[in-house]
Amino acid sequence: MTANVVPALEVRNITKQFPGVLANDHISFTLLPGEIHAFLGENGAGKSTLMNILYGLYDPDEGEILINGKLAKIKNPADAIGLGLGMVHQEYALVDTLTVTENIILGTELRKGPVLNAKEASQRVRELSEQYGLAVPPDAIVGDLPVGVQQRVEILKALYRNVNMLILDEPTAVLTPQEADDLFRVMRELADKGKALIFITHKLREVREVADRITVLRRGKVVGDADPKTASEGQLAALMVGRDVVLKVDKTAANPGDVVLKVRNLNLRDDRGLTVLDDVSIDVHAGEVLGIAGVQGNGQTELVEAITGLQALPSGSIELLGKDITNRPPRSITEQGVAYIPEDRKGTGLVLGYSIRDNLVLSTYYKPPFTKGLTFNDQAIDENAKELIETFDVRTPSATTTAGSLSGGNQQKIIVAREFTRKNRLLIASQPTRGIDVGSIEFIHNQIIKQRDAGLAVLLVSAELDEVLALADRVAVMYHGKIVGILPIAEATRERVGLLMAGIQEQANV
Amino acid sequence: MKFTRARGVGLLGIFIAIVLLFAVNNSLGNKITETSKIQSIWDFTSTIRIPDSAKMKVDIKAPPVAAIELPTMITISLICGALILVGGVLIAKNPERGWVAPYMSSVIAFGFFSILLWAVANNSVDLSDTLSRVVRLGTPIAIGALAGIVCERSGVVNIGIEGMMLTAACFGYAAAAISARMIYGDALPESAAKGVVWLPLIIGILGAILTGGIMAALHAWLSIRFKVDQVISGTVINIMAVGITGFTRTNFLLKFESPLRAGLPQMPLGPLADIPLIGPILFDHKPITYLMILMVIGLNFFLFRTVWGLRTRAIGEHPKAADTVGINVNRMRYRNVIIGGMIAGVAGAWFSLEGSFGFDDGMTNGQGFISLAAMIFGKWNPIGAFGGSLLFSSADALQLKVQAYNFDLPSQFMQMLPYVVTLIVLAGVIGRAKPPAASGKVYEK
Repeated sequence: MTANVVPALEVRNITKQFPGVLANDHISFTLLPGEIHAFLGENGAGKSTLMNILYGLYDPDEGEILINGKLAKIKNPADAIGLGLGMVHQEYALVDTLTVTENIILGTELRKGPVLNAKEASQRVRELSEQYGLAVPPDAIVGDLPVGVQQRVEILKALYRNVNMLILDEPTAVLTPQEADDLFRVMRELADKGKALIFITHKLREVREVADRITVLRRGKVVGDADPKTASEGQLAALMVGRDVVLKVDKTAANPGDVVLKVRNLNLRDDRGLTVLDDVSIDVHAGEVLGIAGVQGNGQTELVEAITGLQALPSGSIELLGKDITNRPPRSITEQGVAYIPEDRKGTGLVLGYSIRDNLVLSTYYKPPFTKGLTFNDQAIDENAKELIETFDVRTPSATTTAGSLSGGNQQKIIVAREFTRKNRLLIASQPTRGIDVGSIEFIHNQIIKQRDAGLAVLLVSAELDEVLALADRVAVMYHGKIVGILPIAEATRERVGLLMAGIQEQANV
Repeated sequence: MKFTRARGVGLLGIFIAIVLLFAVNNSLGNKITETSKIQSIWDFTSTIRIPDSAKMKVDIKAPPVAAIELPTMITISLICGALILVGGVLIAKNPERGWVAPYMSSVIAFGFFSILLWAVANNSVDLSDTLSRVVRLGTPIAIGALAGIVCERSGVVNIGIEGMMLTAACFGYAAAAISARMIYGDALPESAAKGVVWLPLIIGILGAILTGGIMAALHAWLSIRFKVDQVISGTVINIMAVGITGFTRTNFLLKFESPLRAGLPQMPLGPLADIPLIGPILFDHKPITYLMILMVIGLNFFLFRTVWGLRTRAIGEHPKAADTVGINVNRMRYRNVIIGGMIAGVAGAWFSLEGSFGFDDGMTNGQGFISLAAMIFGKWNPIGAFGGSLLFSSADALQLKVQAYNFDLPSQFMQMLPYVVTLIVLAGVIGRAKPPAASGKVYEK
């Protein structure tokens, strides 16, 4: 690109202060027409804040935004769209109960007076979808579509508004590797048609695959630019976290023992009668990690909730060490030696308004030494808290701080500390490292392997394929509520697992 | 054998059928001793008449278009037998889907029919009159349900419909009475006394609509501006309505002499009203009833075919998505809640200007809550809610009808019927209905 091209977007010295955090610290960058500009950074690096400022959802404290060389005031999303800036959010802004066309035209409807011009609208959507190679069924209900297609609807929604800049916030988080490749093709096509794209991610592999330019953010600051053709993953990772990171988890081969968890023929339907669990059967042995891979929302949550007693089951059986625990109350299951790291840390894992010390005894408070008769033994609870905070390296001003005021990584450490100190036979870890910093991720991964080596059976559920591949000894893949394949780790390549995640059964396996 | 919803419903159906069968058997058995002509319970017949409304205008004794004579006990036995059989299938097979709602609906529909036959054993019933009554009594319920739909589709729960109706009934009547006095003085002029005095009645309806809108604006203000829990805010409206209307009635309405003596008139639609059966059901009503039918069709169109409808559905389901495309969520919610209140006002006008003329304390009698049940029954769709309203009003109509026949089921039982049906429908037929996802949630950016 030549130097005299006017940038589609120029950001100068954007600064945004939140209570206690400087989320954006004098960030400047330019975005040229026809390029894909990737923003790489850990969770909490300030990427989403920056994009929300661009899209008019936050007001910056300082700095200015220039669009096509002119100073722009963006007060709300409508302004941003008016200036040609569209955004595909991490959580789609789609109304599940409306059709594809209705979602796309919402807010800028084609109309005849007050009446919707449904025919022309759906024709318009069809044209757009052909023009950009984004296949969508215009009259289907959005909630019935797979996430990959929903994402295309989101992109079309922006294109329908004639944007020439598009921000994609972590667009691959919920896609299979194949769907992600398809998205990259679409992104390239859009760039070739002159659109400028901002691609936000924390996945190193992806930026190198698709970006023209990389800007790395750390703790709210731009820490460097990189050329995807020359920068290695290791270099990018070091730039992103500010030190060298081990991308692999050190572990020895598993030494599986007896079956600890035996799940047979679980079936479940949701309120609408759609299948959520489809004849799920798995075994988890002592001393091994069974990783469950799969795109979010394919029944993993319900499977884990069924095992931990949070979800009632109409049929099927679950045995722990030969004892039936199907539809038993959660406390009874916990007491039989099940440690549980829930996927919803804030809702299920902790009581955010309680202190750390109280959260640390949530599953044992009713037993000695924490109770004496009808009252708590405060001394024992305090000692327990002091000890666990130290052992598990929870960074907090005091044990009486509320759990809600801690960072995600420290919250997760509290859960791990609480769960791992009981006598356990089975560990269920659901999305154990979602949204936490790299340091905590390493710590928790090592703790999980330590539990495995101590002879626990570990069931790991994660939407991050890399995490499953790094920790698991066997990989089971879930698709539409079904276990579509179980592979030993040696055979679980990214490609094979990816195909299974998309529901494509391998011919060779049949 | 597991206890499931299908099995529970099957059991309930069988229970209802058996109780009905025994009750009918007992009641008819008791009647034999009183009459000489009938030897056994199998001799009873129930006659269903469809009168010829056109000819009856000339000659009140004109023969009916049709008179179907059904053997009471045999028909009821067959119905109950079939219900028990299907209930048994439900228990044995435990089907997962697609059976529960049709079965429960048939239990209710055939149950009603059986009760009607039972009540008119050895007698006859006018079918067009019964069904016409269903539509008439369904009017305020259906309008209330539409009011609920307009609010809840935009994401605001409105349990204050009852209160909005009651207040609107009170002030709608007051507006009509006061305006009549202002226009005509102490007595109606000779020319107006014979016909219908339209002007004050229309002012009354407009007054009711305005009152409903004001009450709704309060609900919107509390729940949107101050983020008060919407159920609490609706309850406030309901309680306040009782106070305001009670006060207004004792202190003003009771002391006020109005020249107006009659409410909205019957308006048969010419020759259409003379069609046997259909005429009386659809084309021989008072104005608000016709208005209700237009409103059901109209709202269905507006909700699913217009820009307003699309945006309303979007903000009730996923307000954030609507916000990001430039729709002002809270402004639309204000507007919808107030429109909903105005619709509830029309239902209020029905009570004090059409169903009867005058205002009584608590005259809405829980119909506003039944409206909400009808709305849920219809899954937040106008046409479905209309269907739900007719179901509930048919319980009411049946109850009123059979009282005229010296029926030996205690009247208290029959008066319970609409509410029992509401319970059964909400628990059994609907199961878990899915409300608009953002309903009841405050929208904060």
